[in-house]
Amino acid sequence: MSSFEHPTTRRFVGNKSRVKDSRKGALPLALQTPKRPGDVDSDDRPRINRRVALQWISSATAAIPLLERDALSAERSGVRPKSVVAKGYGPDPDLLRLYRPGDLWPLTFTDAQRRLMIVLCDIIMPADESSPNASSLGVHDFVDEWISSPYRDQKSDRAIILKGLAWLDEETGRRDKNDFVSLPPQEQLGICHELARAAKADSRRFPGSFFYRLRNLVAGGYYTTPAGMKDIGYRGNTPQAEWNGPPPEVLKKLKLAPQ
Amino acid sequence: MPVIAPKQKQREYDVVIVGSGAGGGQMAYTLTMEGVKVLVLEAGRMFDPVSETAMLHTWDMAPLRGVATPDKQYGFYDASVESGWDIPGEPYTNASNDKLRQFAWWRQRMMGGRTNHWGRVSLRNGPYDFKTRSRLGVGFDWPMTYEDLAPWYDKAEMLAGIFGDSEGIENSPDSSPGVLLPPPKFRAGELLARERARKLGVSVVPVHRAVLTRAQDADRIPQKLHPGNKKAQRLLAENMRLRLPCIYATDCHRGCSIKAAFDSTSVFLTPALKTGNLDILPNAMARAVTLNKAGKPSGVTFIDKTTGAEHHACGRVVVLAAGSQESVRLLLNSKSNRFPDGLANSSGKVGKYLTDSVASRVSGQIPALENLPLHNEDGVVGQQAYMPWWLAGQQEKLNFPGGYKALVVSGRGMPNLNTGKSFDRASEGDGIPFGKRLKEDARRYYGSFQSIGAQGAMAANDDCYCELDPAVKDKWGIPVLRFHWKWSADELRQVSHQQRTMTEILEAMGARFFRAPDIDQPEKAINQGGKIIHEVGGAIMGEDPAKSVTNQWCQTWDAPNLIMADGATFPGTADKNPTLTILALAYRAADHLVEELKKGNL
Repeated sequence: MSSFEHPTTRRFVGNKSRVKDSRKGALPLALQTPKRPGDVDSDDRPRINRRVALQWISSATAAIPLLERDALSAERSGVRPKSVVAKGYGPDPDLLRLYRPGDLWPLTFTDAQRRLMIVLCDIIMPADESSPNASSLGVHDFVDEWISSPYRDQKSDRAIILKGLAWLDEETGRRDKNDFVSLPPQEQLGICHELARAAKADSRRFPGSFFYRLRNLVAGGYYTTPAGMKDIGYRGNTPQAEWNGPPPEVLKKLKLAPQ
Repeated sequence: MPVIAPKQKQREYDVVIVGSGAGGGQMAYTLTMEGVKVLVLEAGRMFDPVSETAMLHTWDMAPLRGVATPDKQYGFYDASVESGWDIPGEPYTNASNDKLRQFAWWRQRMMGGRTNHWGRVSLRNGPYDFKTRSRLGVGFDWPMTYEDLAPWYDKAEMLAGIFGDSEGIENSPDSSPGVLLPPPKFRAGELLARERARKLGVSVVPVHRAVLTRAQDADRIPQKLHPGNKKAQRLLAENMRLRLPCIYATDCHRGCSIKAAFDSTSVFLTPALKTGNLDILPNAMARAVTLNKAGKPSGVTFIDKTTGAEHHACGRVVVLAAGSQESVRLLLNSKSNRFPDGLANSSGKVGKYLTDSVASRVSGQIPALENLPLHNEDGVVGQQAYMPWWLAGQQEKLNFPGGYKALVVSGRGMPNLNTGKSFDRASEGDGIPFGKRLKEDARRYYGSFQSIGAQGAMAANDDCYCELDPAVKDKWGIPVLRFHWKWSADELRQVSHQQRTMTEILEAMGARFFRAPDIDQPEKAINQGGKIIHEVGGAIMGEDPAKSVTNQWCQTWDAPNLIMADGATFPGTADKNPTLTILALAYRAADHLVEELKKGNL
């Protein structure tokens, strides 16, 4: 029963430092956003304005009037991706290990899909003065890990997200001889704004469903990284000898008496 | 005596205990400290909270950001392995297809049982909770009073280490002076709730939880708990000194490698093993209780899950603490000529009278909590503040029996995968937020959401019970349970009251609501039976052998050397969480058993 013995030093210190060390190896993997071809000399291209973007979405919505609850609609639209055959991590996984996308099951994205996902990640969670963009935190790889997972919930997202990626490029190509990644950033953003409206109107109907699920994954993936947690204002998960409640400036703002 | 394989077990033990959680661990601790030779059978594997729990890992270190999957049903870092609502090869069934009439059954298959997996909320039942029938005309009275159990509440609290305050609230008992550890300070939202709820006549006070906010008094408590037993005093003092106070970070559900949070392995089994009087046999799936020629329980047959082979462990006394319904299942599967309907079931009451907490929740967004100066609000992570039932003794004001407590869920907790979509309803603008707008929304609204979760009393009724499924067996060929469940009108009226009152309290805090409360549709708001994981009953204690399964010492009426030491003996659910009462009942039953063994009565 030696494993029940308490170590002489505080265990969490060891855990924390070990985890940090392994993170050092992980962080350089986070990719830089590739330079987007559409960033320059885009003026001579036909603009995708709001009207055009709306047309995209309404045509997609009209073409596929099914509820997006599972892979069914993706299958019917002919873009059903290769199904996942990998196994899950089982009911007794190592809880202490640091897991990276691709460790447990093979990833899915092609190079082109990955490039597109990086662009979308950074539209959904861009850099600003206080925090980095999503792709520099590897969130696109998390999305790939997610849609490649063998579990039921993620399989449902897999169908819709892969379909959405294909749809974005098909629509762009049909109108612009380009793919989505090559569009000028303003046009990309415009399309995403229309998708965000569609998602708010009905988060279960394609293509709003695609953008809704992608936004959830990218934003949730972002705020679960240390940089994302810092940006949102989370200051916890730090061992402390004592806890004294909220600081005086918080109590003052809430007009509450000190405890 | 150590952790063993089946072939290493002794020929006979004084006591064989099935289950290593709250009830089984408490029994093993108390008995072995008094020199009783004990074997614990645990259906799951050994689990070491010190070396296996991921206390400070962030979600990005886990697969899929740590979300719940069919493999890890309470999230990746939850200290539950091989456990959950659905365990492959270990089914259970429901008689009804109607979801409202189904029961969900969480099983914990690991050393320490469900003590690995709870929020550590540890509240005493109050005096009224033992007299439900006499006071309210529903359910059953317990065959004891609060005063009968109170000394063991004190003892269980001193041993486990519980923080909280004594508030003098009717039917939410105080502990004896010096028993509780100091509660943590409140968070901003909890302070606001306290100030605003007071105007509605509702007190927000520190909850009681099995978390050390300071080191236990290893010089004083062991003498109190083990008077005259120097060896037990020494072993307990040593074990108390291995436990460190809370570090005010990380969710207790992940397990506690510093042993600040109570679990059976850290608090009960570790010192019990050091007595030399305990063998622990993991991966042992109990099949049935066996009888000797005289028709008395004599041991337990079990399957070694590592080989599939069946074995038998002999004991003069058998204790079932496998988790209320699992213990019931063992009784029903222990059929013999003498007990054709299952062991200890001559009353026909085994499996009857399942109860659970009556739970619902209301959430809102509190503008006053927006844009607060950034600060660490982890505290003891999870519940710190609650509203003990404020209308105890004012039954005439209510259209349902019993009451409920409400837990405040507040704070700037660690973001998770759902955080990204949590601002949609609050966000002002066109379309779902993304980009710069989402980042601004997130900084503004994060930490401003508040929930109040009510958990209420349920009196036993005839519609909630379990029995053996006539056809379905698990992968070892053991018949499984079939559940019957139906919320009565009383529970649904209680939930309407919960929804209305929780909404009023949040309104008093200035909340914005994005979803209407289900005041008129309580069946929409009520948690499914079993989902709160507070289920008890199925072998209830009572005064009358014809109407109950055990006496107040948890001994079955049919066989005094068979003891039910988990929640199965509860004659009903109070507006308190069950675990502390399981500990106190098991402690009391163990003390009684030691006396009986000394007297040679068994």
